[in-house]
Amino acid sequence: MLQDKDRIFRNLYGFHDWRLPAARARGAWDGTKGFIENGHDWIINEVKTSGLRGRGGAGFPTGLKWSFMPKNDARPSYLVINGDESEPGSCKDREIMRHDPHLLIEGALLASFAMRAHTCFIYIRGEFIRERERLQAAVDEAYDAKLIGKDNVHGWDFDIVIHHGAGAYICGEETALIESIEGKKGMPRLKPPFPANVGLYGAPTTVNNVESIAVVGDILRRGGAWFASLGKPNNTGTKLFQISGHVNNPCVVEEEMGIPLRELIDKHCGGVRGGWDNLLCAIPGGSSMPMIPAEQCNDLTMDFDALVKLKSGLGTAAVIVMDKSTDIIKAITRIAYFYKHESCGQCTPCREGTGWMFRVLDRMQRGEAELREIDLLYNVTKQVEGHTICALGDAAAWPVQGLLRNYRHVIEERIEARKALAREAAE
Amino acid sequence: MTTKPIIIDGKQIEVEPGTTILQACEMAGVEIPRFCYHERLSIAGNCRMCLVEVEGIPKPIASCAMGVTDLPPNKDGAPRKVLTASPMVKAAREGVMEFLLINHPLDCPICDQGGECDLQDQAMAYGVGGSRYDENKRAVEEKYIGPLIKTFMNRCIHCTRCIRFMTEVAGVEELGAISRGEDMEITTYLDRGILSEMSANVNDLCPVGALTHRPWSYIARPWELDKTESIDVMDALGSAIRVDSRGKAVLRVLPRNNDDVNEEWISDKTRFACDGLRMQRLDQPYVREAGRLRPANWDEALALAAQKLKEASPERIGFLAGDLASVEEMFAFKDLASRLKVANIDCRQDGAKLDPALGRASYLFNSTIAGIDEADAILLIGTNPRLEAAVLNARILKRWRQGGLKVGVIGEAAPLTYKYDYLGAGGQTLQEVADGKHSFAEVLKDAKRPLIIVGAGAVARADGAAILGMASRIALGAIEGKDVGGWNPMNVLHTAASRVGGLDLQLVPGKGGLDTAGQIAAAAVGKLDVLYLLGVDEIDVPPGAFVIYQGHHGDRGAHRADVILPGAAYTEKSGSYVNTEGRVQLTERVVFAPGQAKEDWAILRALSAQVGNALPYDTLAQLRSEMYKDVPHFARLNEIAAGSLDGVKALAKATGSISAEPFVSSVKDFYLTNPIARSSAVMAEMSALKKNMQDSPRLKAAE
Repeated sequence: MLQDKDRIFRNLYGFHDWRLPAARARGAWDGTKGFIENGHDWIINEVKTSGLRGRGGAGFPTGLKWSFMPKNDARPSYLVINGDESEPGSCKDREIMRHDPHLLIEGALLASFAMRAHTCFIYIRGEFIRERERLQAAVDEAYDAKLIGKDNVHGWDFDIVIHHGAGAYICGEETALIESIEGKKGMPRLKPPFPANVGLYGAPTTVNNVESIAVVGDILRRGGAWFASLGKPNNTGTKLFQISGHVNNPCVVEEEMGIPLRELIDKHCGGVRGGWDNLLCAIPGGSSMPMIPAEQCNDLTMDFDALVKLKSGLGTAAVIVMDKSTDIIKAITRIAYFYKHESCGQCTPCREGTGWMFRVLDRMQRGEAELREIDLLYNVTKQVEGHTICALGDAAAWPVQGLLRNYRHVIEERIEARKALAREAAE
Repeated sequence: MTTKPIIIDGKQIEVEPGTTILQACEMAGVEIPRFCYHERLSIAGNCRMCLVEVEGIPKPIASCAMGVTDLPPNKDGAPRKVLTASPMVKAAREGVMEFLLINHPLDCPICDQGGECDLQDQAMAYGVGGSRYDENKRAVEEKYIGPLIKTFMNRCIHCTRCIRFMTEVAGVEELGAISRGEDMEITTYLDRGILSEMSANVNDLCPVGALTHRPWSYIARPWELDKTESIDVMDALGSAIRVDSRGKAVLRVLPRNNDDVNEEWISDKTRFACDGLRMQRLDQPYVREAGRLRPANWDEALALAAQKLKEASPERIGFLAGDLASVEEMFAFKDLASRLKVANIDCRQDGAKLDPALGRASYLFNSTIAGIDEADAILLIGTNPRLEAAVLNARILKRWRQGGLKVGVIGEAAPLTYKYDYLGAGGQTLQEVADGKHSFAEVLKDAKRPLIIVGAGAVARADGAAILGMASRIALGAIEGKDVGGWNPMNVLHTAASRVGGLDLQLVPGKGGLDTAGQIAAAAVGKLDVLYLLGVDEIDVPPGAFVIYQGHHGDRGAHRADVILPGAAYTEKSGSYVNTEGRVQLTERVVFAPGQAKEDWAILRALSAQVGNALPYDTLAQLRSEMYKDVPHFARLNEIAAGSLDGVKALAKATGSISAEPFVSSVKDFYLTNPIARSSAVMAEMSALKKNMQDSPRLKAAE
């Protein structure tokens, strides 16, 4: 269990003041100038040492990602911070933006400096009105205090532009986000070229999650080795876990990577509703990850590698807990509806497949389906997965695959029950 | 740059950097199915039909968007292996095909695209037999996007080719997609017609039957049609076309590929004026009696025409050739005139001040149409290429979109689809550029491949020779002291399909002869007895002279005629046309001329016998061999006999004052520039629509 001294987000719950003096008292903006004087490569190396993996879901090593940025390029470089937190279940970035905004702003400066960027765009989800106001206020404070801006105290000219989205899930995809900032329709771009080569306004760009950036300041202050000493090998550091669903006390909490799921739920959330044995399954990383049934949850640790082994993923560490009262088909149908609604419509498999999957599931949850359609549905998810421009197709297919893999018998029972009912009515 | 090896289905080939996997597959002779990819549009990568497997990469890859050099190399450095027939690829194609079809209506039996539908063809080749989709299909509201494009939006597969074409080639951002996911719809948003001269090309691009030809809807099936490759005469570009006909009727015109001229686009006029070929046709001879035209037979009409020609003295006869005449009939026309010792002959009914004696370069689009791709500075003088040669304007836009091109305009400040520097309205600005006093003179000076385009409107003015002279001096100045290879920067953009051919034939007044304006003036004061019009419909002939009109449409010329000799339109004869860059191309006979109408050279031959001075050729082949003796380059089809720079130098010697009058384009109404288009109901509708839209207060406010 994470000790208080190792906590990075010391105002996660907003019990203290978010403003600059209070943030400074908690440690933000401490020694920042020194880090910058240590040079670009020192920062990147320190982040590499820390083993920090991207907190947006894919878990790509952050330091490595930064090192892909070209060093001698006539074009400007950009850092884009992805605050379009739209994955159902995720609610960590908003806590950072409204309660610890200065950690984010400091991290933005350090990361931008490491990548030789003078401008950083923070893209905030359309629904986050208050978060945007809070973050903008904090940015204004930082400007006023000459922490950022032209001729600031750190000696690295740096601007932050806060861009407010319009509430489309797909704009959380990095290239769709870039399109959206450019004023276009939020539709993912083809890769390659990757944003590090051709990104925002055609310039080298790195897109990072809010949490990935917000931890950079503390990593540098306490050293990459300190961060690497937390968690498990290859899954280091602390992480904001967000637990929702059928627990007694849903919450966002900073914990060590690799914490057992049961410990996370029992210690921080007051346990599963009706006791641990009442657990049906848990979605470990936001709605796009396949669920883990209860029998596998007992000694499940919450880190990237352990969850991949179970054909799921840590994602954003947004744990959705479902107890045995859950109609699991209906739950996944709702998720399928979400992805149908949020598909951008650009490429064929996702545009057509998400609607198909939802409609079949919708009938299945009422039992109005044929048994053969279970295999058909699985086949459709396979036709979507891996065939699309961006990962939304995968995200739509995985939860359905998880359902079919783990709860096929529930679907079969429901279909049979409905048929039996129909036979009865006919007699 | 070195080439890169890649193995496609076991066959190793070397490709240039920048080649995509799809292109590499085509080089290796492997067909890759596709819907959204199009060679001349940007890459969208959204249909996912072109997925292929690359060994060592777990997911299938969209071959249209992945460059060969973008593939991460194999660890051992061996070339990457692409598989296009593996189980993974087969499954991917079947999957995508199924997704495309689940919401596509089973309209094929009543769909105009049936028989030439990419979706149909590829479903046969790459799809599975049955359907597994039990849900309701999506229904989408029809959209109105103008009288040329019929929409069936249920059929749309969202490939976005139409959007990309409108934005990138036509240069009007009027088409887009609203909503997202399966609710995405292609629309003009305000249900407004598209204001583009190129709009109907989306009908060809649409891989399904979502966008089809409205004027052609439900008329015929593609497999019932006879397809003839020909050349367009609606403007002076000579776009490559395919004419589809059934029985006696030309039903539609489609573009053909010609990278040097029209790439694969044609203007809406080229495509849809063909209904004009059935209207207002002169299908039998007429003679005027007591002020009214009455039907006559050929013997009567020819005898009357011959009698008038014989009676009049040569200096009181005028010969004028119009805008749609082919080279063959103009050759016979000139031959007849010279046999009658008539010096009053002209092919420039607009009064263009072009003199073929100065050399071929003095009246050609010397840089060539394909040369626009290399240009880095273009000066447009008195021309609106969007109206005068829409396809050429699209080429300028294409070059402009690549960046590094500066365009300057002297003349009308019209919307040209690309940004340009508006230099001024007329001669004074031209003078400033010529004197190097204008900032654009610097642009031309710095340009490696400058291009000066003088429009027909400027050339046809009374001071046209002076304008040409000054433009030539600007052109010569722009390449002075530069190593430009064979680049000739001076260009005349013609609007009449026959013009260059006529000038090549020296169809201009002989010694002491009168040009067009001279003949009209002479006719007005009774100094001309007979005027022979070969398809001349753009000028008014004053009362007095006896007018022989030979042509195919009952237009302005026929209304004034005293004898009408019905000829053949461009789809009804094999004729050579020389386009504005000097390229000789041949039209093919698609259908026979209606009724008693005859091919034009044959009419002239028959008339020559009646006047007692028979032309020495009885077949088209004989005529051509005579003609090729006279003008050898006519025999070199599809080629350009380039003029030498001396022609431009000769032009540059012309001086004289240029009036303060602003330059205007020769085309006032794009849709009504010739007798065929003026007879077309579709063109009339488009003309009215455009006028209404331009006059609409909402549009004015938007601008």
